[in-house]
Amino acid sequence: MRHALTQHLLVLRTALHRIFSSRLGGFFNILVIGIALSLPAGMYVLLQNVQGLVTQLSGTPQISLFLSMDAKSDDIDRLRRQLVQHPAIARVEFVARADALAQLKQSTGLADVIGGLQQNPLPDAFIVYPKSGEAQALEALRNELAKLSKVELAQLDSTWAYKLEALLSFGRILVLTLAGLLSLALVAITFNTIRLQILTQSSEIEVSKLIGATNSFIRRPFLYFGAAQGLLGGIMAWFIITIGLVLLNHQLKALSLLYASQFMLHPMSFGDSISLLLFSMYLGWLGAWLSVARHLSQIEPR
Amino acid sequence: MINFNQVNKRYPGGYQALKNLSLNIAEGEMVFITGHSGAGKSTLLKLIAAIERPNSGSVLVNNQNVGVLKERALPYLRRNLGIIFQDHKLLFDRNVFDNVLLPLQICGFDHRESAKRVRAALDKVGLLKREKSHPIALSGGEQQRLCIARAIVNRPSILLADEPTGNLDAAYAQEIMAIFKSFHQVGATLLISTHDTSVLQDTRVRTIDLKNGELQSTPVSGPT
Repeated sequence: MRHALTQHLLVLRTALHRIFSSRLGGFFNILVIGIALSLPAGMYVLLQNVQGLVTQLSGTPQISLFLSMDAKSDDIDRLRRQLVQHPAIARVEFVARADALAQLKQSTGLADVIGGLQQNPLPDAFIVYPKSGEAQALEALRNELAKLSKVELAQLDSTWAYKLEALLSFGRILVLTLAGLLSLALVAITFNTIRLQILTQSSEIEVSKLIGATNSFIRRPFLYFGAAQGLLGGIMAWFIITIGLVLLNHQLKALSLLYASQFMLHPMSFGDSISLLLFSMYLGWLGAWLSVARHLSQIEPR
Repeated sequence: MINFNQVNKRYPGGYQALKNLSLNIAEGEMVFITGHSGAGKSTLLKLIAAIERPNSGSVLVNNQNVGVLKERALPYLRRNLGIIFQDHKLLFDRNVFDNVLLPLQICGFDHRESAKRVRAALDKVGLLKREKSHPIALSGGEQQRLCIARAIVNRPSILLADEPTGNLDAAYAQEIMAIFKSFHQVGATLLISTHDTSVLQDTRVRTIDLKNGELQSTPVSGPT
C-alpha cells in the first residue's frame, strides 16, 4: 500500500517536473486556462454580488399607499384598522404628511425649495409590509388596496427588483453558456498539450510497452499532468478574479462614498473556490484522458 | 520452454517472413539463430515477445500460446523476457542508471531494492562507473552492454538478443558473448540472432539456421 503510494507520488513528481521544466510554455498554458476560466467564474462572482444586493434591497417588499389630500383623521383610523386586520398584511406603518416633508427636507438638501412652498404637497401615506414576497400575490394585494376608499395610489416598491431579477437570470444563462464553451476550450488545450507530449515521448512509450508496462502505467503520468495543469490553471483563474475584485472594490469605495452606501463586492466564497479548482482539475484530467485514449494506441512497438 | 508449431508469418504487403516453422527450445538452452539478413531471425524473436503475431500455427512460451494473448496480458508476458533490441532502443533523455531503472519502475519495485539491482546489473556488464553518464556519451559497445543491463535487471528467465554484436568489432563482440555465456551458466534460456558466424567459431552451441523463413538444417545440439 505504502509502496503503491510512493509509486503514485513518483509519477506526480514527474508530471510536475514536466510542467515546470518547460517553464515558459507551461506557464503560458496555465495562463490561457486561467484566463479562460476566470471569465465565466468572474462573471458568476459579480452576479452573486448583484444577487445579494437585490435580495438585501427587496428582502421586505413594501406597498406604499398614498391617500387622497382630503382624507380626514377618521378616514385614516378606519383605513389603519382595515389594514391591520387584513390577513395578507404583516405590518403597517403610517407616515404623516408633515413627517414626510420634514424627512424630505433633511435627506435631499432641498430645504430652500421646500421652504418656499406655500403648502405641503405631500399626502399622508401608509407603508404596508405584506406577508408573502411572491410577485403575483403582491400584485393582487396592490390591486385590492388600490380600491379602498380614500386611497389615491397604491405603489408596489419592489417592481424594479423583479425586473432586475429577470435580468439576472438572463445573465446567469450567459454565464452558463460561456462556462460551457470555455470548458470545452480548456479540454481542447489539454488535449493538444498531451498530444504533443505523447509525440515527443513516443520512444519512451514504445520502450516501456516493450519491457512490460501496462497501459495504465503509461497513461498515468499524462493524466496527472493534465489534472495538475488544470488545477494550476484554476488557481490562476482564482487569482485573476480576486485581484480583479480588489481593483473593482477600490473604485467602488470612492463611488459608494458619493452615494453614502456601504456596497462592496464580496470575494469568491470558500465553497465556490474549491468547486472552481476541482472543476478545472477535472477538465484537465478529462482532456488528458481523451488525448491519451486517442493517441496512445497509435504508438505500437514494431 | 519455447515451442514453435508450424508457424507462418506474413507481413502486410505479402512478404512471407516465416514458413511453416517448427522448433523446440528447452529451458536453460543457449541457441544461436543464424541466417542472411531477411531470413526471419528478427521475426522469430518478435513472435516470442508477441510484438508480432503469427498468421497460423502456435507459439508457446512456458506453455502459454502467446500468439493469441490478450492485449491486457502482454505486459506480464514481457516482464518475464529480457529483450536486447537490434536498434538498442535506449532513452537519450536520461542517464545510464535511469535507463536500467525503467523496467523496475514498470514492475513497481521500491526504490532501495531497485537501486541495488540496477548497480548489480551495471556491474555485470562493466558499466558501474558510467552510471551517471548519458547514453549518447557511450561507445557502441558500451551502448550494447547498457542494453543488456536493462534486459537482465529484471532477472528474466528468457533472454532474447537481436543482432547483439551487429556492428561491433571482434574484440567487443567476444566481450558481449562472454557476458551471454555467464548468463547461460546461471540457468537462463538464451536466444541470440546473428548474421556474423565468426563469433560462433569457438563455441559449440546449438544453431538454428534460417533461409528465406525456413529451417535450413536440422538443429544440432551440443554440449557447451
